[in-house]
Amino acid sequence: MAPGKVVTPGAGLDKAPGAPHPALMPHDHSHDHPHSLLPSDPALRVKALESILTAKGLVDPAALGAIIETYQHKVGPQVGARVVARAWADAGFAAALLADADAALAAMGVSGRQGEHVVAVANTPQVHNMVVCTLCSCYPWPLLGIPPGWYKSDAYRARAVREPRAVLADFGVTLPEDQTVRVWDSTAEVRYLVVPMRPEGSAGLDEAALAALVTRDSMIGTGLPRRPGSAP
Amino acid sequence: MSRVHDMGGRWGDGAVRPEPDGIARFAEDWHPRALALTLAAGALGAWSIDAARHARESLAPADYARFSYYEKWLAALADLLVARGMVSAAELRDGPAETETAPAPHPRRLAAADVDRTLARRAPYSRPGPAPAFAPGDRVRTRLPARNAFIPGGHTRLPGYAAGQVGRVVISHGPHILPDANAHGLGEAAEPLYTVAFDAADLWGVAERAGDEVTADLWQSYLAPA
Repeated sequence: MAPGKVVTPGAGLDKAPGAPHPALMPHDHSHDHPHSLLPSDPALRVKALESILTAKGLVDPAALGAIIETYQHKVGPQVGARVVARAWADAGFAAALLADADAALAAMGVSGRQGEHVVAVANTPQVHNMVVCTLCSCYPWPLLGIPPGWYKSDAYRARAVREPRAVLADFGVTLPEDQTVRVWDSTAEVRYLVVPMRPEGSAGLDEAALAALVTRDSMIGTGLPRRPGSAP
Repeated sequence: MSRVHDMGGRWGDGAVRPEPDGIARFAEDWHPRALALTLAAGALGAWSIDAARHARESLAPADYARFSYYEKWLAALADLLVARGMVSAAELRDGPAETETAPAPHPRRLAAADVDRTLARRAPYSRPGPAPAFAPGDRVRTRLPARNAFIPGGHTRLPGYAAGQVGRVVISHGPHILPDANAHGLGEAAEPLYTVAFDAADLWGVAERAGDEVTADLWQSYLAPA
């Protein structure tokens, strides 16, 4: 890029004129991968890619803003909590959800990418369910929003299948000795929603009050729902 | 274990660090932009989700290990764009080529007005396909080693820890797109998909507690009767 030309913001910002791009210097990773041609700072890498894709007519920056707005403010665990609360309040809905979650969710108007095939699994006094994706970080986005950092961490992906009870201890959760753990490794496009057990003392609460007891982690199986009266 | 992403059961990663309840927060200012850019580029339809996963898994192990989640997405996005001829290596290195007039928008460029509808769309991965050979309750043995049967080093969704194990079918999902084929442009090749439960003691030699189970979602060609 010659000096004096209009530069699209962000592209190639981390190299001084005339200096070799850091990615062309001896480096510890493969040069077979084109991504190594991008700036090494990830924030600049995003800007560089966005500049290129925008200039080529492949991406509309306004659409990026709308996607961010959706996952920062609109889609999150409050959606899944609404589903669980309805299952707690309505035995007929609970049976329908466990039998065919896709139909039950469609009836509630809940759908979206990474929620195409949902299976709801209910915790019981005999079985505690917990969800992981060891191969990447598959997660039921339309129900829970974007995954929290820990769900995507190597530690969770590596350990949840081998030592789920030790992982639960990291969350401050201890299960009764007589409760079996079943860990669901999401290796296909099926996404699992854990329906936690309705907490004691919640009789008489309406769906909205019940939903306030349902935490994100309780729907992944690394947490338990709040008890009524405990701080949100 | 043939690739670095296949980490289920690995030792040594340390504690899991819980985060506050609610909508998960983006840890860095650039994370939401990386997410949005990846989804918007994916909407162009130039690659499948299976190809995107394979691109992330194909990062050099050292990069995979040091990159954060969204850095993996960005790197795979750049690699896919170049592999599909949509962006050149020179553009990645030097920024957008200077042109007299801006190119016309791609016919499938995602418009802001279509974002809500696109993200809320349900685009199933189930397909018409062969009748299932197994039923819930059947015992099955998984392929050993975990591998792509079409392409050496190719994409597969059989985790290494579940390879060569005997489990029990607990759910039959019907035919779904086979990632092992679809990731490599070999067609959707739909096959029956099953959730298979394994006894933790079989997988690990010893279970944290007798009776604990791990399930994985596995395609029919990964399985043989046991």
